[in-house]
Amino acid sequence: MEKDIEALVSEHPFFANMPQTYRSLIAGCGRNTFFEADALIARTGDRSDWFYAIRHGRASVEIHAPGRGPIIIQMLEPGEIVGWSWLVEPYQWRFDVRAVEPVRAIAFDGACLRGKCDRDPVMGYDFMKRFAQVFVERLEAARLQLLDLYGSPAR
Amino acid sequence: MLTAPFRVRRNRRESPDTRTLELVPMEEREIPGWRPGQFMMLYAFGVGEIPVSISGDPSRRDALTHTVRAVGSVSRAICAAKADHVIGVRGPFGAGWPDRADGRDLLFVAGGLGLAPLRPAVYAVTADRGRYGRVLLLVGARTPETLLFRADMGRWRKRGIDVQVTVDAAAPGWMGAVGPVTRLIDRAECDAGAAVAFVVGPEIMMRVAAEALERRRIGLDRVFVSMERNMHCAIGFCGHCQLGPAFICRDGPVFPYAGLKRWLEVRNL
Amino acid sequence: MPRIAPQNLLRFLLDALQRRGYTCIGPALHDGAVIYKEIRSESDLPIGYADEQDGGTYRLRRRNDEARFGYTVGPQSWKRYLFPPSTVLTRARRTPEGFTAEAPEDDAPPYAFIGIRSCDLHAIAIQDRVFLQGPYVDPTYRKRREAAFLVVTNCGQAARTCFCVSMETGPMAKAGYDLALTEILEDGRHEFLIEEGSERGVEVAGDIPARAATDADVGAARRMVDRAIAQMGRTMDTGGIKDLLYRNLEHPRWESVAARCLSCANCTMVCPTCFCSAVEEVRDLTSDVSERVRRWDSCFTAAHSYIHGGSVRPTTQSRYRQWMTHKLATWIDQFDTSGCVGCGRCITWCPVGIDITEEVRAIRESDHGKGH
Repeated sequence: MEKDIEALVSEHPFFANMPQTYRSLIAGCGRNTFFEADALIARTGDRSDWFYAIRHGRASVEIHAPGRGPIIIQMLEPGEIVGWSWLVEPYQWRFDVRAVEPVRAIAFDGACLRGKCDRDPVMGYDFMKRFAQVFVERLEAARLQLLDLYGSPAR
Repeated sequence: MLTAPFRVRRNRRESPDTRTLELVPMEEREIPGWRPGQFMMLYAFGVGEIPVSISGDPSRRDALTHTVRAVGSVSRAICAAKADHVIGVRGPFGAGWPDRADGRDLLFVAGGLGLAPLRPAVYAVTADRGRYGRVLLLVGARTPETLLFRADMGRWRKRGIDVQVTVDAAAPGWMGAVGPVTRLIDRAECDAGAAVAFVVGPEIMMRVAAEALERRRIGLDRVFVSMERNMHCAIGFCGHCQLGPAFICRDGPVFPYAGLKRWLEVRNL
Repeated sequence: MPRIAPQNLLRFLLDALQRRGYTCIGPALHDGAVIYKEIRSESDLPIGYADEQDGGTYRLRRRNDEARFGYTVGPQSWKRYLFPPSTVLTRARRTPEGFTAEAPEDDAPPYAFIGIRSCDLHAIAIQDRVFLQGPYVDPTYRKRREAAFLVVTNCGQAARTCFCVSMETGPMAKAGYDLALTEILEDGRHEFLIEEGSERGVEVAGDIPARAATDADVGAARRMVDRAIAQMGRTMDTGGIKDLLYRNLEHPRWESVAARCLSCANCTMVCPTCFCSAVEEVRDLTSDVSERVRRWDSCFTAAHSYIHGGSVRPTTQSRYRQWMTHKLATWIDQFDTSGCVGCGRCITWCPVGIDITEEVRAIRESDHGKGH
């Protein structure tokens, strides 16, 4: 028998130490979801209505470069969050996201969550702080990757 | 100390600008004993001499192995040395990796060419695997194509080393991690309270890796790095390799990060 | 036993040393300065000369006596002969199989250094620590050093740039020499007090006609040294200096000195303890012989700290800081002694007169206690 969403939310590292009332509210916007290996979880330019908390499996964040093909710029692991474009206008995915192996995730309805955060700003702040952590980590990682540390030394 | 002529037995291409040379002594010499983490001064006749870490398996005493990246005139000449060409070897020099990890979890963290000076230590661990707890090798590379020693990784996995690789970018089909090596550190499963870490790579990478290790509560006195500076003599006379009071050639190149941290935090020291 | 020799002592001393096969190196005039070169007779010395020194200033002037050692130190030091400016470390020869390499034997004759000031004697002892007392020994330095006969002169005058008293390196030499001379110039008297510091010194001194020194003689010699102490031109407070500099690595004074410093490297060339060197590959015209040649180098060059990509110390500020903190602070951690002997050469020979004692004072007075 499938676990209920609230239990899945409680298990997921992103929601660790979140008050139970918030978890309950958030679970209301969530549903269980599954992606086959190689399935596209998100496509660049598509409307960003959902974001995902990965439970099992890994997903790649990709950019398509004309003439070069797709480039993986990040691999997301179990316990990580996929997608933040649902937080800011125009609510559009900026990258492709693909399951590189079978992925189980909790999918969250962005509009539903935005609404609940508007109505309960204290919960909204807790949620935002968690997302801020994600932004910081992704930005720091991106900056290190940008440095091309292992590339040929400059003359 | 005099450079001794060694013959190139094999020159293997690792990546577009990196090669691994196997050197055997001429003139009926023995290969000098060496420890993982030490380096030799390699001499290209008529061009010059540079410090290069020994990158071979310490249990193999039939040849000296060095992995060299062509970034200047001497390294280019060495990378271009074909089989039977003669390279001068002087050494070994420096303090090697400490023997401090008995019974503990051991994290090797390698960035780019940094895997070369760690490779002898990884081999030494696989030869005596029972002495250690969990052993992780976390490798960062630019792309899968520039990853060094891919053939060894399978062998190491079979000997109980958890080898995890991350690249800065990859084409689809790549199943490893993509992102900086700090992400692998963040997620590494180990007993942080007692673990020991050996870290080598570009200085920025070593710094952020040490910070990530510290966040995991691996004390910086248990984090060891291998430093690099301009070296001419390798014996503490020419003065070029100084970092604060340390001569990298003689007091290092391996250092506990805790002692170095204050010097590395000063710009242009 | 100290003895008294007449003013032409050097005639006998140089003769005694030359007969024993020493090449005598001593002070001589050259291009308006006192340098150290081979001297054959007493008349080669700058007899009757004194020097005037200050930041960025060096002038010779005539004295009103015939003092043999009436000046202080010039731009050269004895490191020129123990740690020569250029040395062939290795000579490699191309062969059909590859190459062979050998270390050429150093062919310097045994030297006798005449007129070593106490500061410079300490500098030699400091370079002994660097080249002889670490895990590796430099063969050229060892060979020359073991052969060298050291004749010290205790200073009877000091320059405005001298600060050996602060560094506890003079003006009187205490030990580590073969012979010590103190030139006594007082009320028309011109004699030398000779003190023996080793068996070699005793043996050579035996050839010098001299009488036993009285307490009065020793007192006169002492007064000469006291004159030098009284004339000492500068001071450096060395109390806790290592930690002072370690905690002020980001002090704004470094920027101020960098605005003046030309990165000309004069200070490192004239400093008697600076030992940085570069090793270069030098091929002959046929390309069949290639040598590893060691030459003096300076931490003031951008190339000194170059690794693939760039220099670790790309600014004059970072390089000046490296020189000064090495000399006065990290040297202590490396060699258990300061690297500075208070000879003042770096002040005199700096084209813009940067004064190491002043830089320390400035940092001490506004000690940030920051840094690490």
